[in-house]
Amino acid sequence: MDLFEYQARDMFEAYGVPVLQGLTADTPEEVEAAAAKIGGVVVVKAQVKAGGRGKAGGVKVAKSAAEAKELSKNIFGLDIKGHIVKRVMVAQGASIDKEFYFSVLLDRSNRTFLSLCSVEGGMEIEQLAEERPEALAKVPVDATKGIDLATALSIAKQGGFDDATAEKVAPVFVKLYDVFVKEDATLVEVNPLILSTDGEVIALDGKVSLDDNAEFRHERESMERDALDPLEAKAKAMDLNYVKLDGEVGIIGNGAGLVMSTLDVVAYAGEKHGKVRPANFLDIGGGASAEVMAAGLDVILNDPQVKSVFVNVFGGITACDAVANGIVGALKTLGDKATKPLVVRLDGNNVLEGRFILEQAAHPLVTVVDTMDEAADKAAEFANR
Amino acid sequence: MAIFLNEDSRIIVQGMTGSEGMKHTRRMLLGGSNIVGGVNPRKAGETVDVEGKQLPVFGTVAEAMKATGANVSVIFVPPAFAKAAMVEAIDAEIPLAVAITEGIPVHDSAWAWAYNVDKGQKTRLIGPNCPGIISPGKSNAGITPSDITGPGPIGLVSKSGTLTYQMMFELRDIGMSTAIGIGGDPVIGTTHIDALAAFQADPETKAIVLIGEIGGDSEEKAAAYIKEHVTKPVVAYVAGFTAPEGKTMGHAGAIVSGSAGTAQAKKEAFEAVGVKVGKTPSETAALMREVIKSL
Repeated sequence: MDLFEYQARDMFEAYGVPVLQGLTADTPEEVEAAAAKIGGVVVVKAQVKAGGRGKAGGVKVAKSAAEAKELSKNIFGLDIKGHIVKRVMVAQGASIDKEFYFSVLLDRSNRTFLSLCSVEGGMEIEQLAEERPEALAKVPVDATKGIDLATALSIAKQGGFDDATAEKVAPVFVKLYDVFVKEDATLVEVNPLILSTDGEVIALDGKVSLDDNAEFRHERESMERDALDPLEAKAKAMDLNYVKLDGEVGIIGNGAGLVMSTLDVVAYAGEKHGKVRPANFLDIGGGASAEVMAAGLDVILNDPQVKSVFVNVFGGITACDAVANGIVGALKTLGDKATKPLVVRLDGNNVLEGRFILEQAAHPLVTVVDTMDEAADKAAEFANR
Repeated sequence: MAIFLNEDSRIIVQGMTGSEGMKHTRRMLLGGSNIVGGVNPRKAGETVDVEGKQLPVFGTVAEAMKATGANVSVIFVPPAFAKAAMVEAIDAEIPLAVAITEGIPVHDSAWAWAYNVDKGQKTRLIGPNCPGIISPGKSNAGITPSDITGPGPIGLVSKSGTLTYQMMFELRDIGMSTAIGIGGDPVIGTTHIDALAAFQADPETKAIVLIGEIGGDSEEKAAAYIKEHVTKPVVAYVAGFTAPEGKTMGHAGAIVSGSAGTAQAKKEAFEAVGVKVGKTPSETAALMREVIKSL
């Protein structure tokens, strides 16, 4: 899960990382109240998970609460790279002397953690990495040892900091690593980390990504409510691994790799059938019970874009007869709500029993096809009718 | 021959007495694997009857190895305890540890991997979040169905469980030396390259199928490795061409970030070194059939 800036800011504050005051607001009136509370110069910042907010007009400086209110009217509803602004953060204004960059992240290529650090911050990190790669230090971090003060100092110096400034930023690096480990993050980034004209180090903007696998040891419900879109949240509540896409063929399968592959095969098949595309990713995992199948079909059939559904299961641990019973049971549960053709391909464990169950049920919407490629072709054909 | 796992493998199961552990211990035994015991500190000293075989339960991996001569451990413990289980296997220096558990926090896997590196990598770790490894007709350590295919000349290495099964099924009349599912998590023990190197050295393996998916750069590295070190024919499949940027596709590691980790980039990397890439699993299997015919 990727956090919004304000969520990252609050998290930093809880760990003693120096941040400026920041309050969220969902209406221009709330912006005015927040700006009045903070006082002085404020910055109104669009809360979207996309870069380039400033260029898109999503970040504005206001000298008064009234001005903040007026400016925010042009920020709410703004489309920034496909993300509509619904919430802003009103932040205390900062007087910046210098801008730096610091992050710590999971480096999967090397199966370790990596710290990126540069005395030259402010611009997008991809741009810095491309234009001035020598200015960006990439320091591997041993997961069993972490970042202590000595390591933090070394990282700062490799990032080009002078001794005096390194002494100032290093304790902040240690605290940011603390956030990274204790919150089970895969990314903690501060850009810019600033030195104010008063000589204080402040994390001015932050990005945090959290590991969903570590949810069991954290309280994240309220954060999730705010950070996930409604459809994702609904699927999550039903324990489904669902990602909405923009096509017409609904997909249900078991196993992440097989479902990903199914999307591709449907997209290829769609090239011959009016360029139909997969409508979603949905992995029902190992135990494909009737309940899980019904929940999955319910989500997919409620997507108005879906014209046909492709159920693609290879029974490894899952038995195909259980999947077939799941499909029959789900269609019974859904009743009249099931209106779109279903193409089912089963293989593997108990496949003959599974196919037999579907044949016996003889549901008018269900077509059973033996191979994955043929089934994808059939589903694409139905979606194009 | 096969790789990493063969008829001499003596397997213990960490978490054998749990429901998943028990279910798959039974399946592995029925499939012909030599299971010699289990590990659960709370049930040490007990004996469990599994399909008529009396399996002793030990307090630690080290004790189990000493008593049974075990050289493989399969880990089924829940995510919250998986790090401790991996560390215990590493401390015991068991030659092969296969972590099946899905949903392990990546900080735990990264920690365990760093620990294994610090300890000199005496343990080959496979996974986590994988179906395990099977050398058909010899042994099966994990959750892959034992009866999909028999022994044969193809080596298979895959990031995905169900695609492993699918590919074994497609090529079931030819058979496999070893099929290994390395897992779809961001941090895993054994990589595509490790498996390629072992298949290259294994006289029984005549050709290799490599299955990759979006995210990370394991496939790109594998392509570079193939160019330099692999003389056996390799056919590849990559899943995730339709995956949008920034959305995790089921596996924690299957995410395209920016221009990195796309299926297209991986396909191009393979094709640049002469590895044919199938558009679908079936087409990939067909490419492998041609390879086998030409041998």
